[in-house]
Amino acid sequence: MDIDSVRLWAAMGTIAIGAIAPAIAIGMIGSKASDAIGRNPEAAPKIQTAMILSVAFAEAIAVYALVVALIIKFA
Amino acid sequence: MIHISLKAEELFHIGSFPITNSLLVALLVSITLIALALSARRKFALIPHTIQNLTEFTLEEILSLMDSVLSERRKSEKYLPLVATIFVFVLFSNWFGLLPIVGSLGLNLIHGTETEFVPLLRAPAADLNFTLAIALIAVITINIFALFALGPKLHITKFFNFSNPINFFIGILELVSEIAKIVSFSFRLFGNVFAGEVLLIIIGFLVPYVVPLPFLFLEIFVGFIQAFVFAMLALVFVAIATVEHSAESHAH
Repeated sequence: MDIDSVRLWAAMGTIAIGAIAPAIAIGMIGSKASDAIGRNPEAAPKIQTAMILSVAFAEAIAVYALVVALIIKFA
Repeated sequence: MIHISLKAEELFHIGSFPITNSLLVALLVSITLIALALSARRKFALIPHTIQNLTEFTLEEILSLMDSVLSERRKSEKYLPLVATIFVFVLFSNWFGLLPIVGSLGLNLIHGTETEFVPLLRAPAADLNFTLAIALIAVITINIFALFALGPKLHITKFFNFSNPINFFIGILELVSEIAKIVSFSFRLFGNVFAGEVLLIIIGFLVPYVVPLPFLFLEIFVGFIQAFVFAMLALVFVAIATVEHSAESHAH
C-alpha cells in the first residue's frame, strides 16, 4: 500500500473509532441527567449546568480524534 | 479544487511578524466589540434602548449564571471581566466566521507554475494560535486569581508539597492537570470551529443550494455552545481554584 492510501485509511479509522466512546459517554450523561431532573425538577438548573459541562468534556475527546484525523488528511 | 488549509494563510508581513487572515478577522471583531461597547455608554438612560439594553441583558444573564456557580455576587463581579470577555469575544468571532465573505473572498497567488488560493478572511478560532492564546490567558489568569485569593503560600503548596511522598505526587498531578487544561481548551475550540468550516466547504462543494442551510444553523448553534462552554469551564476552574480550604485544614 502506498503512503497516500495509508493516510486515507488512517484518517478514516481515527475519527470512526475515536467517536464511538464519546458518543456512548454523552448518551449516558444525558440519560443520567434526565433521570435526575425527573426525580427532582426543582434542581433542574444545577443539573443542567453540570450536564452541559460534562458533555463538553466528553465531546472534547471526540474533537481530539477529529483534529488528529484532519492533521493526517491535510498536513 | 477545494481549498482547505490547517494553517491560517499569511497575507503580508509587518517587519518579521506575519499577519494571517485569521488575525485580520480577529482585529475586525475586536474593533466591532469596542465600537459596540463605546456606543452602549453614549448616553446612560434610566430606560435603556437597544444597544445599552442588550448589553445590560447579556451582563445580567452572565452574572446570574456566575452567581449559581460562585454563590456570591461580590465574587461574580470580581471574575466577570475574564468570563464575559472570553464568552463575548469567542462568540462574535465564531459567528463572524460564518459570514459569506469569510473563506470565499481571496487572492489567487501565482508561485512559478502553480496558483494558490489565499482567502482574505478566516474564522479566528479556526487558527490554533488564537485558541491557544485565549487558553493560555485563561489558565494564567486563573492561577493569578488563585494567588490573590488564597495567598502565595497556599497556592504554591498545591503544586509543590514536600510534606510526604503522596502529596508530592498529587502536586505533580496538579501541574500536569494545568497543562491538560491548556491543551483541552485550545483543541476543543479549534477542533469544533475548524471541523465546522471543513464541513461547510464540503457541503457547499457537493450541493451549493438549500442543503447548506441546516449545516449553517448547526454552525451558529455550535459557535454559541463552544463560546459558552469555554467561558463556563473558565468559570468553574476559577471557582475550584479560589475556594478557601479552611474547613479542610480544621479536619486535620
